[in-house]
Amino acid sequence: MSLTPADIQRLALLSRLSFDTPASQRLLEGLNNFFAIVEEMRKVDTSGVVPMAHPIDAMPYLADHAPSAPEGMALRLRDDVVSEDNQRETNQRSAPAVERGLFLVPKVIE
Amino acid sequence: MSDLHTLGVAQLSALLQNKDIGAVELATRMLARLGGNPHNAFLSVDSEVTLAQAKAADARIATGDTSPLLGVPIAHKDIFVTADFPTTAGSRILEGYRSPFNATVVQRMGEAGMVTLGKLSCDEFAMGSANENVAVPSAKPQAVTNPWDVSRIPGGSSGGSAAAVAACLTPAATGTDTGGSIRQPAAFCGITGIKPTYGRASRYGMVAFASSLDQAGPMARNAEDCALLLSAMCGPDLDRDSTSLDVKAEDFSRDLNKPLKGLRVGVPHEFFADGLASDVRGPINTALENLKSQGATLVSIALPRTSLSIPVYYIIAPAEASSNLSRFDGVKFGHRAKDFTDLADMYEKTRTEGFGDEVKRRIMIGSYVLSHGYYDAYYLQAQKIRRMIADDFQEAFKQCDVIAGPVAPTVAWKLGDKSDDPLANYLADIFTLPASLAGLPGMSIPVGFGEGHMPVGMQLIGNYLQEAKLLNVAHQFQLATEFHLKTPGGAA
Amino acid sequence: MSALLVHGYEVVIGFETHAQLSTQSKIFSRASTAFGAEPNTQACAVDLALPGTLPVMNKGAVERAIQLGLALGSYIAERSIFARKNYFYPDLPKGYQISQFEIPVVQGGVVSFFMEEGKETVHKTVRLVRAHLEEDAGKSLHEDFIAQTGIDLNRAGTPLLEIVTEPDMRSSAEAVAYAKELHKIVTWIGICDGNMQEGSFRCDANVSVRKPGAPLGTRREIKNLNSFKFMQQAIDYEVRWQIEQIEDGHAIQQATVLFNPDTGETRAMRTKEDAADYRYFPDPDLPPLVIGRDWVERVRSEMAELPRVMAERFVTQYGLPEYDATQLTQSKAMAAYFEATAKACGQAKLASNWIMGDVSRRLNAGEMTIEQSPVSAAQLAALIGRINDNTISNNAARQVFDALWSEGGANVDDATADATRVDAIIDAKGLKQMNDSGELEKIIDEVLAANPKNVEEFKAGNAKALNGLVGPIMKASKGKANPAQVNEFLLKKLS
Repeated sequence: MSLTPADIQRLALLSRLSFDTPASQRLLEGLNNFFAIVEEMRKVDTSGVVPMAHPIDAMPYLADHAPSAPEGMALRLRDDVVSEDNQRETNQRSAPAVERGLFLVPKVIE
Repeated sequence: MSDLHTLGVAQLSALLQNKDIGAVELATRMLARLGGNPHNAFLSVDSEVTLAQAKAADARIATGDTSPLLGVPIAHKDIFVTADFPTTAGSRILEGYRSPFNATVVQRMGEAGMVTLGKLSCDEFAMGSANENVAVPSAKPQAVTNPWDVSRIPGGSSGGSAAAVAACLTPAATGTDTGGSIRQPAAFCGITGIKPTYGRASRYGMVAFASSLDQAGPMARNAEDCALLLSAMCGPDLDRDSTSLDVKAEDFSRDLNKPLKGLRVGVPHEFFADGLASDVRGPINTALENLKSQGATLVSIALPRTSLSIPVYYIIAPAEASSNLSRFDGVKFGHRAKDFTDLADMYEKTRTEGFGDEVKRRIMIGSYVLSHGYYDAYYLQAQKIRRMIADDFQEAFKQCDVIAGPVAPTVAWKLGDKSDDPLANYLADIFTLPASLAGLPGMSIPVGFGEGHMPVGMQLIGNYLQEAKLLNVAHQFQLATEFHLKTPGGAA
Repeated sequence: MSALLVHGYEVVIGFETHAQLSTQSKIFSRASTAFGAEPNTQACAVDLALPGTLPVMNKGAVERAIQLGLALGSYIAERSIFARKNYFYPDLPKGYQISQFEIPVVQGGVVSFFMEEGKETVHKTVRLVRAHLEEDAGKSLHEDFIAQTGIDLNRAGTPLLEIVTEPDMRSSAEAVAYAKELHKIVTWIGICDGNMQEGSFRCDANVSVRKPGAPLGTRREIKNLNSFKFMQQAIDYEVRWQIEQIEDGHAIQQATVLFNPDTGETRAMRTKEDAADYRYFPDPDLPPLVIGRDWVERVRSEMAELPRVMAERFVTQYGLPEYDATQLTQSKAMAAYFEATAKACGQAKLASNWIMGDVSRRLNAGEMTIEQSPVSAAQLAALIGRINDNTISNNAARQVFDALWSEGGANVDDATADATRVDAIIDAKGLKQMNDSGELEKIIDEVLAANPKNVEEFKAGNAKALNGLVGPIMKASKGKANPAQVNEFLLKKLS
């Protein structure tokens, strides 16, 4: 599965990145080299295998620790309590553009 | 005490507890060594902050507090956010960023009374195997050099951490390991490092690269020190990290002195194939013989999907990274481009200026494999093989207690050798990736020297939650050998 | 399937509703969800997506999802997965929204309701595809700055349930009726405050048209319909627009449109070129959500009676018609008001009439809710009691009611005090009906004597002649005569 310049353009847009022509060319070559290795992976027969999104899924010992979640760790739930207070100043100290407490960006037209 | 800087964590703790030296004096001496930023290891220091922490440590010691890390210096990989030092994650896009909070790992070391010397250089967003991808300071970013040979790389992404410990700039450092970023630089710099089981150390406050792989760990001069550091670092962080394991904090030093008699050491034949350089193979084999002489049995095992771990990892990690890095958009924090025409242009310029080439490459790979139409063929397929790799390890652990082998196919290479060849970098990760994918604990210990008198590291991989056993094996090896005591010629 | 065609086209509508959940804290952080705070004072590090932050799930949000699932008869997944929906927008701090994709927490279910179609009352059932948990984005303020937009992330991270229907609806009226019923349900069970002006309940309508029997047409999505009134207008406009396009030979392009209430038109939004590729994948920061059956049962046992169930109970328990029962269960408060009244006076139908009639009229006129009614249930019950025991006539009762309403001050804690208020007003206004039959007979005899012509005409077979007698009788009795009794006596005397 070889990538094309159109793919690079599409992916760059999706990722909000831009590449000049030489960089784009180098990237295309590099990615295609990489995906040549990936092709090997695609050939492997994985029928019947449950994907492992997370190492936590695979930890066998956890079944003993969490019998209610035999298929692996379950999402922990916290109580519905407010415990974060107003830290606006501290949280915004590294903000590029702030006015009256709002983050400023170039005007968005819908 | 002119060789204070060569001492390890446990040794320094003893001196501090014995009042042979105070924390402030010790910190002052260590800070003095950072002039000129040897090996470009540090990205930021702040002596005021350091000395304030040292003073507090002294006060605690004075009250009779005997915590084993109290007053001992440490430096943090710049992937951990700190309230008192800037955090860049090695990237221009975070230049000047000041986090309002500390990473849990940083907080825990602080609560243990450790004294922060500063933030350590790393590959940008932990993506790299040579620490050549550090992009800050943007005026003149400097690759980190290997203290054993400054014309060589220290390894990555925790290259700053490894170099700092090897050059005796700090007795302890935190690192992070996603695909080998603690183990490989530890091996290349001749120090000891351990990546615990996934979920042991909180990821809260670790700038995220690949969420299902990232793990924090200590890097120090020996296994005994690592055990002390790991004990402080690990523990459930249930309120802040949903992937933090709810397992009690452990004393990882508890089994250090168990004899190795009866230990079954699995040796994967895939780790000893043609790709392994002979100058690495030699010291590893010698080390395995040492374990045997201590009563261990060597068992030949198979990890058949070892080479598949490369495409699998380099699909999954970039996929997660491409999403994790979307928050860097110039809106709430970090770099924003100076000139732009509209919002779309702002995003594009900000991110193009702010990210280095390797990061951009991985974002592109990640976006591709998650794209509509490609998800099943790439990402999902990779997740399935990941499961198979994890299962392979479980099969192997039926026949052995720990797995041993090389960390990397070669010793550290020359600066610039692979900087234009990302694929070559990826291929060199072959031995560390499998344990990362499975979430297993792994460590690296120095076992000798190879070409150019460069350190060689041996990897030990354990089953889930078996860090104490790994540290035990490492410690027993270190009691019988002296590689961990060696320091590079130009270190003082 | 009724034929509600528009210019020969069948209208197909599906809804996606985002209901903000009434939790105290956000879905993945511990900041407050309270409305109206100063910008970014309720946006903590996690909400701002500061480096190193991670999501931690709010149990209250999950509990509310279970409640909705139970209310709609859905399957509540034992195991559901959170996924990242990736796209760039300034009000989306992480550059992705944590949502659910392949395996949502609530699956299936129905919303049923009655509505008028033509001259009939029909029963409709709209099937749900799913409802899933996700986080809300922040707010963009376009007006306040020149050439810039201000971003307030207070709302970022507020828990949402996105409720998705099958394209089962066939008219704008049905769509609105569905939305109203869903609104009633979520507010009734208390999972959402339903405040549409504050954005608590936002609807997107997917609209397409087709000739009957043809495959589904291309749909356009009308976003952010925040009022029922505009909802119908917007859909109607969109349907006409689509039909016009098709008739003119243009194919419908899939698009997202906004409704402009000032112009009454829908207009396609600026296209987000890559809008389609969200690159969904399971969020590696969140293990699967597991909901055991015992939790579901506990929630079920703690849930209040649902509106549909209560309406059915009103029919059987109080003998009310379906229509009345539906009206009275439009809100918990209304239903409670009715039951209190009916139980106190024992006259369910009268209570229903008064509540749906006089009470509702005045509430609507004053834009008030039943909770704000100046006349309490106890007072209304007492009033109905006085009608029922013939103390006052219906007309007189209206006067009492007016007086109660304007003086307000219904004392909800003291029912006895309320009842005596009714009697006090009756006395003060001298509204007591004449129940003394002796006196009434005397008046009737006098009137009959004074109006021989009417008597003759009635006896001659003209029943209407009676009316001419009733008037003077009522007048002579100063309106206090009991009309039923008057009729009874007249007929007796004239037979």
